[in-house]
Amino acid sequence: MKKYVIQRFLQLIPILLGITFLSFAMMRAAGSDVVTQMYTNRGAEVSQEVIDARRAELGLDRPFIVQYFDWLTGMLSGDMGNSYVSGNPVFSTFISKLPATLLLTAMSILMTVVISIPLGILAAVNHGRVTDLLLRFCSFIGNALPNFFVAMLLMQLLSIKLGWLPVICEGVTLKSVLMPALTLAISMSAKYMRQVRATVLEELNKDYVLGAQARGVRSSVILWKNVIKSSMLTIITLLALSIGSLLGGTAIIESIFMWDGVGKLAVDAINMRDYPIIQAYVVWMAVIYVLVNLVTDLLYHQLDPRIRLGVVKG
Amino acid sequence: MSEPTIRTQNLHKNHLKTRLAIFGVLALLLIIGSNFSEYLCPYDPYLQDLANAKAPCSFAHPFGTDRYGRDMLSRVIVGSKTSIYSTLLLVAFITVFGTVVGVFCAWSGKWVDTVLMRISDMFLAFPGLVFALAVAAVLGGGVQNAIIALAAISWPKYARIARSQTLAQKEAVYLRAARLSGSGTWKLIFKHILPNIFGPILVTAMLDIGTMMMELAGLSFLGLGAKPPVAEWGSMMSDTRNLLTTHPWVTLAPGYAIFVSVMIFNMLGDTVRDWLDPRNRRREV
Repeated sequence: MKKYVIQRFLQLIPILLGITFLSFAMMRAAGSDVVTQMYTNRGAEVSQEVIDARRAELGLDRPFIVQYFDWLTGMLSGDMGNSYVSGNPVFSTFISKLPATLLLTAMSILMTVVISIPLGILAAVNHGRVTDLLLRFCSFIGNALPNFFVAMLLMQLLSIKLGWLPVICEGVTLKSVLMPALTLAISMSAKYMRQVRATVLEELNKDYVLGAQARGVRSSVILWKNVIKSSMLTIITLLALSIGSLLGGTAIIESIFMWDGVGKLAVDAINMRDYPIIQAYVVWMAVIYVLVNLVTDLLYHQLDPRIRLGVVKG
Repeated sequence: MSEPTIRTQNLHKNHLKTRLAIFGVLALLLIIGSNFSEYLCPYDPYLQDLANAKAPCSFAHPFGTDRYGRDMLSRVIVGSKTSIYSTLLLVAFITVFGTVVGVFCAWSGKWVDTVLMRISDMFLAFPGLVFALAVAAVLGGGVQNAIIALAAISWPKYARIARSQTLAQKEAVYLRAARLSGSGTWKLIFKHILPNIFGPILVTAMLDIGTMMMELAGLSFLGLGAKPPVAEWGSMMSDTRNLLTTHPWVTLAPGYAIFVSVMIFNMLGDTVRDWLDPRNRRREV
């Protein structure tokens, strides 16, 4: 088991190297860099000398490969550099934005679980009846709604018409997280409800259910003790994958609601060509990707005895 | 669950054909309509009429007008061209490219396979929109760049499907027979492999149209896709989002357009999936 985990962490290395190099190369190919971008934004006409001096100060005049290795060695010794725009250390800037994204992730996953699992089970149990059709229709609609459109509709309904929630998030509070979380939960629930329904339905059609029914076990007992327990494996895997993409910060939702998280930080950094922050973000994304895959695999091991036995032998 | 009788299977099959016909025609209408969108709109979508700005929905302007007095209905109609065409182009490209890479990997095996699959892993590790954000920022926005960005992160999915399908076919008895009877590599690939792996790839592509349409609109919404005066649904929404409080119809109209188109393509995709599903195919009696 330990060997397996270590092996998975070793896989992280080539992926990280590849991704950071790729993003480094792409950002340098952009043409405009942070210096020109900053002066353009201020609307100030400055001489070429000033620009060159600033570039030299940031080390942007050196060859690209040198810059990359410089960044890499810094990174390995735990120094991710300073933001070109604010001058603050990248690491602490990044850490300061994490709680907001974590809160949003937790809230939206919670809402998704609360909405999609009961409804999915309800649809599966009522397979082919009106409830099922109605729920499937709802999930179909939800699947066709882009999340920024959902955000607009919710703003229009909850803030403007009903006045229950603030339009724009004022700081990281429980009240202001509700709307962005609900937006994400609606889009995700539409997807999960279908998957929960399909999984539970597949489980319900297995022979052991028929056997249990024949032995006179109550339907509710079969459903809760067997069917749902064995369906959880698939559902948890799917949720784990979503947590990964949410931890990356949902750029669109975070910028619409002005939610001060990692996704918004990345969008702002991209717009300003703030390379060190972008690099930090890219590293973060790659780490999440590998971690999420690892956690999903481990969950499989925990939940499915067949896979677990296989590992012990191997 | 009891086995369906031949009668219900027939019924199911006919039902599927009707669905296929309805959604196929709807999707086709959408594509043709977007092609001739310039002729379909009642007003010039770029004509500014400040005297008539921010007009609410009326008989003359069913979706109202935006802050420059441009007719929203016309802009939504013209926007269909950008949105639908770019999406179809994108999906066609990633399908072909991914399939070629996948088949190539499976066919050549060895180190080529390993290297290409590691590369595709790398692209997969960079989740969705984030990679697109970076590419679009590098290339400076514009619909083409949003397409390139999305293509870069979406092809590995197709490569993986094509690869696993090809690997399965490669070991099949019929393929060995074909090889023994003297078919060359190209003939084997084009005549035997491709037709056999076509189904799952087509289904993935069809179901991806809706998703890609939303992702493209999302990129434009963030200002990394189509740039303002060009009518594109995502950028129209972000352009007018300040008007949501006072003139909601201006902001929401393009959203409904995205919703309806995605819905049609999703339904078509679902139907194609059911249609190609062997479980829904009746054995010829």
